[in-house]
Amino acid sequence: MSETAMDRIAKATPPRVARRIKGFSDRTIAWIFVAPTIFLLLAVNIFPLIWTIRLSFTNYRANRPNAELDWVGLRNYQRILNDGDIWQTMQATAHFLFWTLFFQVLIGFALAWLINRKFKGNDLWTTIIVLPMMLSPAVVGNFWTLLYQPQIGLFNNIVAYFTGADPTSFSMIGDVALAPWAIVIVDTWMWTPFVMLICLAGLRSIPDSIYEAAECDRASKWRQFWTITVPMVLPFLMLAVLFRGIENFKMFDLVVQLTGGGPGNTTTLTSIELKREAFEKWRTGYSSAYGIILFVTVFGLASIYVKALNKVKER
Amino acid sequence: MSGFLNGLLRFRRGSWELVASILIALGVVMLMQPWVLWAFTYSFIITLVGTVMFIIVSHFPE
Repeated sequence: MSETAMDRIAKATPPRVARRIKGFSDRTIAWIFVAPTIFLLLAVNIFPLIWTIRLSFTNYRANRPNAELDWVGLRNYQRILNDGDIWQTMQATAHFLFWTLFFQVLIGFALAWLINRKFKGNDLWTTIIVLPMMLSPAVVGNFWTLLYQPQIGLFNNIVAYFTGADPTSFSMIGDVALAPWAIVIVDTWMWTPFVMLICLAGLRSIPDSIYEAAECDRASKWRQFWTITVPMVLPFLMLAVLFRGIENFKMFDLVVQLTGGGPGNTTTLTSIELKREAFEKWRTGYSSAYGIILFVTVFGLASIYVKALNKVKER
Repeated sequence: MSGFLNGLLRFRRGSWELVASILIALGVVMLMQPWVLWAFTYSFIITLVGTVMFIIVSHFPE
């Protein structure tokens, strides 16, 4: 009989260690293996979370660590939830989140649908499409700032070519009405390939036999799309939306590079405002409360979303 | 509807998870809506109640 991996491990274990381990139950050995991970999880995730909750009830300022710490109760939460500027950042985030997810799902699924069809140069097109996703957000931010330049920017000139408008008559990142759309366009350009890849995995997981059976039943292409393709790709699509939703809720680098939160506060997303409160104004207690509000929101949304995802997978 | 109410009375997971989900969704909509400030003010407590409820009721029997 051939030697298994477990046999080789047993042979390689020094006799002293082997004698000691023999005295442990399987459960104890399992705990020994899991303990480092649990310790790391507690140290890196749970402890900072508990510490942040504690700080959110104080007036702590990280730039004055030796100052006397006052317990302010729920005052930080009250101030945040009555602050018009914070309310506006929530609206900016909602606008960004909704439209980026909408366009990324729509275009990502359409691209996956096209790429899934066998044609010449299929692999080359896939590589070209996923290129934006591989770039650094800082590079993409600078790159698009140049494209959005009213005088020399390619974007303005393309829009002018199709609409007949003067390219210098509008500024995507300087106009209050256009700036929120400018960041939506860039994020969609950068992250649609990610949604496309996940959809493509879903489309390729559908066996051809199902379509062949549908053809035998004389189902139209339209009916095949709605009764086979969409239901079978839906769990993949929902996963993509979950990943992109969480990522976009905490979007920071791309928007800072592009607009810096301006003009005014029109593109100040929650993470940008949080960074200003925590590391420019040094209101650590206040920003901790803000962080907890965002955490509870994302956690709650993710909980119901994962439940919906499991229901779709069970169908 | 009667199934849902029975589930609530018998502390079944499905019905209570639905209530928690509605509370969370309502809280998030209130947090991000652009119309009334009072809704924004009370959004967090509603989301928090929904989230804590969701964690508890997900341990209820099916």
